[in-house]
Amino acid sequence: MSAAFVAQARPLASRETILAWLGEVMDPEVPVVSVIDLGIVRDVRWQDEAGRASRVPSLLVIVTPTYSGCPATEVIAESIRSVLHAHGIDEVEVRTLLSPAWTTDWMTPAAREALRAYGIAPPVLRATGADNAQVIDITALTLRLSRVAVPCPRCASRKTRLLSQFGSTACKALYQCNDCLEPFDYFKPH
Amino acid sequence: MSHKFQYLLRLGDNCLVLSQQLAAWCGHGPALEEDLALTNVALDLLGQARLWLSYAGEVEGRGRDEDALAFGRDGLDFRNLLLVEQPNGHYGNTVARQFLFDAWHRQLLAGLCESSDPRIAEIAQKAVKEVRYHVERSAGLMIALGNGTALSHARMQDAVNMLWPYTNEWFDSDAIDAQCASAGVAPAASSLAAAWRADVETVLGRAGLTTPTYTGHQRGGKLGVHSEHLGRLLTALQFMQRAYPGAQW
Ligand SMILES: [Zn+2]
Repeated sequence: MSAAFVAQARPLASRETILAWLGEVMDPEVPVVSVIDLGIVRDVRWQDEAGRASRVPSLLVIVTPTYSGCPATEVIAESIRSVLHAHGIDEVEVRTLLSPAWTTDWMTPAAREALRAYGIAPPVLRATGADNAQVIDITALTLRLSRVAVPCPRCASRKTRLLSQFGSTACKALYQCNDCLEPFDYFKPH
Repeated sequence: MSHKFQYLLRLGDNCLVLSQQLAAWCGHGPALEEDLALTNVALDLLGQARLWLSYAGEVEGRGRDEDALAFGRDGLDFRNLLLVEQPNGHYGNTVARQFLFDAWHRQLLAGLCESSDPRIAEIAQKAVKEVRYHVERSAGLMIALGNGTALSHARMQDAVNMLWPYTNEWFDSDAIDAQCASAGVAPAASSLAAAWRADVETVLGRAGLTTPTYTGHQRGGKLGVHSEHLGRLLTALQFMQRAYPGAQW
């Protein structure tokens, strides 16, 4: 009863307002970047009331997973619901959409800078388009060279090397800086 | 039962079984980086298995979800390739198995991106990006270990020789493959052979390893005829849900 009363008494929150609220939801594995800045939230819209039994307006949030097996996906959906509930939206449906597949190209400049400040090198290459090498570069594999220099997030040196294609999570590779010698995570173009 | 359902089981079971195998390395990898990498690959494959098996359950239309298919089927109902159920062995065995599979998986997924079934196409478009990193990693390890010490070289050659007879099964076309290929749902099984072989020969060449010439082969996984290893693997995978059906935590 109270939910219906709230919905009638207050206008529905605008898309911009809702997106600003969701800007508070951080990726649990990279807690300096929000789900908006990562490009995980693809759309928000109020659902058409036609045919719905409940008169309480329902908000649809469309999200896309970063990786198929990303264990953060369910935590993120739960965090989105709880933030929206805290802002008075009771009916929230979080729907997962696979296509188009998430790409690091959707990360905002703010997200890239936040990653760097946090000690994670942001993607150097765009994942889609001309500089995406779909062929496997055997020479680079032999020499364990990356296709491009990944600058060290600590000292900005470009003399870095790939240690492993996988770091602390599937979305990151492990690099080491040849100048300051620190290992660091690299958010892979994807 | 529909051809598409059977085909989706093949896709999902390959990922599920290989993921379970790799997960057994968790905490036992030869180096921290390897431990992390293998478990991350296992996680990618598990995510892909969930997507394929969920869709398989929908296509079947008997109310079975991903969990029912993963935990409730007996070995004879699994449709994975024989290669992925071969034992982890030493690290070189695991790496060789992974490379031979990854190289094929990438070609298959590239073909499935063009599937006439939009759901299959979108899952493949997601997965192929992940598998590209898998094959870069496993190919890099083949090259590193093949060119390592005399012992690592010998072990990698043995591993490739031992696994080779399990690779031809992938390119056999049966009624299910043919039906899916003619409907545009999947690429023809045989159409992946040339590209796979070219990738494998390139990497083995760089690794200083010899591509086996042995042509006899083992088959049956796609039809549910498995080696003795699958049963043991499923015992570990399914124990909880068999002992406590529907248990959640
Ligand atoms: Zn540095």
